[in-house]
Amino acid sequence: MTPHMLTRSLDRGATIFLLVVAALGVLIPLSNLLLPAGSFLHVPTYLVALWGKYVCYAILALAIDLIWGYCGILSLGHGAFFALGGYAMGMYLMRQIGTRGVYGNPILPDFMVFLNWQKLPWYWYGFDMFWFAALMVLFVPGLLAFCFGWLAFRSRVTGVYLSIITQAMTYALLLAFFRNDFGFGGNNGLTDFKDILGFNVQAEGTRAALFALSCLALIVGFLICRAIVSSKLGKVLIAVRDAESRTRFLGYRVESYKLFVFTVSACMAGVAGALYVPQVGIINPSEFAPGNSIEAVIWVAVGGRGTLVGAALGAVVVNYAKTFFTSGVLAPYWLFMLGALFILVTLLLPKGIVGTFNAWWASAKEKRTAASVSAAAEDGVTEPKMAE
Amino acid sequence: MNVMDTRATSAMLYLDGVHVSFDGFHAINNLSLTLEPGEMRAIIGPNGAGKTTMMDIITGKTKPDEGTVLFDGVTDLTRLDETRIAELGIGRKFQKPTVFESQTVQDNLLLALNVDHSVRGTLFWSGSKAESERIDKVLETIRLTEARNRLAGSLSHGQKQWLEIGMLLAQDPKLLLVDEPVAGMTDVETHLTAELLKEINKTHTVMVVEHDMTFVRELGVKVTCLHEGAVLAEGTIDQVSSNERVIEVYLGR
Repeated sequence: MTPHMLTRSLDRGATIFLLVVAALGVLIPLSNLLLPAGSFLHVPTYLVALWGKYVCYAILALAIDLIWGYCGILSLGHGAFFALGGYAMGMYLMRQIGTRGVYGNPILPDFMVFLNWQKLPWYWYGFDMFWFAALMVLFVPGLLAFCFGWLAFRSRVTGVYLSIITQAMTYALLLAFFRNDFGFGGNNGLTDFKDILGFNVQAEGTRAALFALSCLALIVGFLICRAIVSSKLGKVLIAVRDAESRTRFLGYRVESYKLFVFTVSACMAGVAGALYVPQVGIINPSEFAPGNSIEAVIWVAVGGRGTLVGAALGAVVVNYAKTFFTSGVLAPYWLFMLGALFILVTLLLPKGIVGTFNAWWASAKEKRTAASVSAAAEDGVTEPKMAE
Repeated sequence: MNVMDTRATSAMLYLDGVHVSFDGFHAINNLSLTLEPGEMRAIIGPNGAGKTTMMDIITGKTKPDEGTVLFDGVTDLTRLDETRIAELGIGRKFQKPTVFESQTVQDNLLLALNVDHSVRGTLFWSGSKAESERIDKVLETIRLTEARNRLAGSLSHGQKQWLEIGMLLAQDPKLLLVDEPVAGMTDVETHLTAELLKEINKTHTVMVVEHDMTFVRELGVKVTCLHEGAVLAEGTIDQVSSNERVIEVYLGR
């Protein structure tokens, strides 16, 4: 990313968003670690972990908005890339347990000992090293997205058909990861983590650091997305979204563009999953459930697709609502409420929260400009004052 | 074999014995047609005559079952896809104006410029003076300089048609295929469009499909009448419109 691309990509909304995320990323961990537990401003550790989870969801939402909001690719299987990133991190965390497991085997994770496996499967090699796991967090979702996208986009699978096969992809992975002999802990998944890079994952300091890192990842992911959508490539993506065959007749290789953003988006989802796992302490096949991917799409729709800021905001708002409602008497009705929310947003706020706000802001600004111009004309003032 | 060693023909576009059928319906039936470099040709014909299908074949959207389609005497278009054909220098204006509605007029033209269209090229693109000068020039030609920062979706129907023609100009192809450019235009707009196409024809080979006879007459070029996927008559507008079979086809038998 060149400095030129960076300055071009930041408007006022983006700057405010980045400042807020950066402030939260610094202040929440500090308040948790430095302020006494009784203090009014103290953020308890459980909230740090909870908000860390929201931030990871926000990164996933950004990834979905990049392909859906800007390129019109509605993936209903993005949870798969999130979960794969999560599994890659989970495998590293499993290998860090070492002899502290129930069976005390220095190499094999507990579930392998339980299944009477004698040696580590080849695909677990290397995951004892953090750098390797970190690489896999990007590489595995990226590779899957690349292969999947290469086949789908080259065959010109679009619209609802693409959505259906992405859904089938995540469902197939769900079934595969459920199997014990697949080698990823089956139904139970990977859990009972102890250390990450030598720090206790349960410790307050580690949790605070993970939260700060998640915010940093959100900032970096946001900057990457902004750089992409505000470049000429971003204009091509919107062109593909609005009139795909026109773009082709202008001489753009549409499938290459789709493949590029789809892969970038999958890598981002992988990072989100990798940050999510140490904070929630478990990764299991239910993360591949088709419902999760659909829920993530709803976050983006609620926040406002094609706005990036809206996607992140939508993820936090919907998940906050989920936490709030599923912990009270309304718990059994949460799914109905989620469905109702989606229908209401589609009917009443088709542009989402941020999209609607932007439209309102733009029209208000226009009115102000018009008003000041006409006022100036009435007063006979020579120079009309421009509103901002 | 995409490129032949020597030019098989001097024509810019050469169609010979082309057949296409969709589920047994012969949309194009032994169609043969030649367009010389620098020529402007008007294609007329009743609905279902195969005009749009012919454009689909030339631009790679539809593959013919049989026949030869040569561009610039050397390139076999039947083996290439839309993107490759566009890169070779064939631009197309659709029947329904198709512009990028949520982007500005200026950005529409920027996207159409025949510069680096690779993913990397567009990701690290930063505008050049030459590019913006070309955009300015096209804007002037299509009379949309004032509207450059407006969203293309907010333009009138006629302006959208011009913007799409402008996008073709920015693409600067060797051959322009223009499908019904004056559909839904006022008389004044129609006249201006004829002027615009004549201007474009000074530097480009153009093929225009149009129903509007006044417009075709105003263009004053050779006319080909298609019927049931084949050439029915060819010649000046007066020759073609006085041809008995053409009259029969248009008025019904």
